[in-house]
Amino acid sequence: MLIKTGVPTEGDIQRVTPSPERMAGGPVAVIECFQKIPCNPCYLSCKQGAIEEFKDINDLPGIDHGKCTGCGICIANCPGLAIFVVDYTYSDNEGLVKIPYEYLPVPEVNSRVAALNREGQEIGTARVVKVQRIKGQERTPVIWLAVPRDLVMSVRNIRVGGQQ
Amino acid sequence: MRIEEHPVLTFQRGEKVKFYFDGKEIEGYEGEPIAAALHAAGVRILRHSHKKNRPRGFYCAIGNCSSCLMVVDGTPNVRVCVEKLKAGMRVETQQGRGELIAKD
Amino acid sequence: MLKTDIAIIGAGPAGLNAAISAASMGAGVLLLDRDEFVGGQLIKQTHKFFGSREQHASTRGIDIAGLLHEKVKEYKNIELRLGATVLGYYPDGVITAEYQGRLLKIKAQRYIVATGAAEKSLPFPNNDLPGIYGAGAVQTLTNVYGVLPGQRVLMVGSGNIGLIVSYQLMQAGVEVAGIVEAAPNIGGYLVHAAKIRRAGVPVFTSHTIKEAYGDSVVQGAVIWQLDEKWQPVPGTEKDIKADVICVAVGLTPLTELLWQAGCKMKFVSQLGGHVPVRDENMMTTMPDIYVAGDVSGVEEASAAMVEGKIAGLCAAASIGCSTGEFDELRSRALSQLAELRSGPAGEKIRSGLKLLV
Repeated sequence: MLIKTGVPTEGDIQRVTPSPERMAGGPVAVIECFQKIPCNPCYLSCKQGAIEEFKDINDLPGIDHGKCTGCGICIANCPGLAIFVVDYTYSDNEGLVKIPYEYLPVPEVNSRVAALNREGQEIGTARVVKVQRIKGQERTPVIWLAVPRDLVMSVRNIRVGGQQ
Repeated sequence: MRIEEHPVLTFQRGEKVKFYFDGKEIEGYEGEPIAAALHAAGVRILRHSHKKNRPRGFYCAIGNCSSCLMVVDGTPNVRVCVEKLKAGMRVETQQGRGELIAKD
Repeated sequence: MLKTDIAIIGAGPAGLNAAISAASMGAGVLLLDRDEFVGGQLIKQTHKFFGSREQHASTRGIDIAGLLHEKVKEYKNIELRLGATVLGYYPDGVITAEYQGRLLKIKAQRYIVATGAAEKSLPFPNNDLPGIYGAGAVQTLTNVYGVLPGQRVLMVGSGNIGLIVSYQLMQAGVEVAGIVEAAPNIGGYLVHAAKIRRAGVPVFTSHTIKEAYGDSVVQGAVIWQLDEKWQPVPGTEKDIKADVICVAVGLTPLTELLWQAGCKMKFVSQLGGHVPVRDENMMTTMPDIYVAGDVSGVEEASAAMVEGKIAGLCAAASIGCSTGEFDELRSRALSQLAELRSGPAGEKIRSGLKLLV
């Protein structure tokens, strides 16, 4: 399906979702990379040793969610912009999603933006918590979004203001 | 239309200069391709084909395809997608193959 | 007559790497490009590259052009001439070039042709209307010159160029009405597709353009569905308004010089059209002519860079330049190239190369 629509299926997402125990333990990276292409910067950028070394550069990335701290450096280093960090422990009723965002305007901290799913449909509202600039990848800001907890695994983009 | 702000790029533009399109004065930046200056000014029809007189714009924008031939300062068949804009240039819509022998 | 050890035609990702590796072997290099800048099509690639560190993965194409240019400048034995259009190859092994209004004659012991590729077109009614542009052309206009092509774009083709240019148009503030793809599946990398889908852009797989319309400039297109036999299905027409249609249906190698020189050519559709027969060192059937990059088969820029390295090293070695590291450098580059092509994404290239090398 993904290859026809460009949108990963539920099954695709399930395969890369950390365990419920790990999700309950704080921020963690979700690598939504489903196709074997020659690429390895996620491994090279990971300072925690969580992303496994590639035996073959075409392999799908392997991640040890136990070692991942959710620092998000890989988010801005992934050429495919396919890595997100989710955090179910952000607050009692909100979770946090960190996404790469290479459009203008960059949203203001504390502003509210439309939260979009993997098909670009608006599914709720997100509050911008932080705009993080990763060293060496400043032109790929990482936007920290507080969203309702049930949307943490669905929000993957935002719309700032009107049209995008 | 010009891009003023871009999330990744900053644009280095030359000096703003005046030039003429079919006799009408318009502005562009020196050193950019004539086609870019025309497009920014809303001009998309660059010539008419020689058999059926159909309007043509550019196609490849890197000097390969000959879709964008115009008359520049009296010289026909100039690839305006790669020819650089200079102040005061006279750029004209080309009809068909262009007049190769100067009229005087 | 200008004399040099190695003349390289084209200063894109392949030509720049060829120049650097040939110069590192001690060869005198003359690097020519018809444009006034180095980098070829890298200068409009605002996205980050795939591959590994050696191919500058995770660095944007525009920045790779700058890095390679700096490296070229470090070598005193590379002479760079920009605005030099190579016109022909002659039987005595001389090439001519137009340079600053003059005709240059150049005699090199070896030539590396790295002229790249050009965009293909697609036949459909009214495909010549102004506003119907190659996707790469729109990328040049937008990313190099900062001019918007229009307000609403319909993209034809979902290969990497179609997907990337759609994304880059949105970054520039242009609306993308959709991507039309004749094949049943998306052709480019799915991470690129996911980026444009989560921005709300539809991808119409198994669809093609029936016709474009517009009164002197394009105003829209009618698209329709294709069945399993790639035949259009009447009644499935959709009207899509757009003031720009981008054609991203692939590239074809710019091989004029190779034909003229008499290199043996072969039609290999997986590689984009007619390509030169060559060995693994990138030498054509003419021992003084090497090739690298898209002219030898359309592929990703990361592969073009490695091919450039191989061609530069081997061309230099063939005229007696040597360094203790040659064997190691060559075999490392060859294995990098094999690695880049070894996955499922490299299947088309591998099958094409089988017919050629």
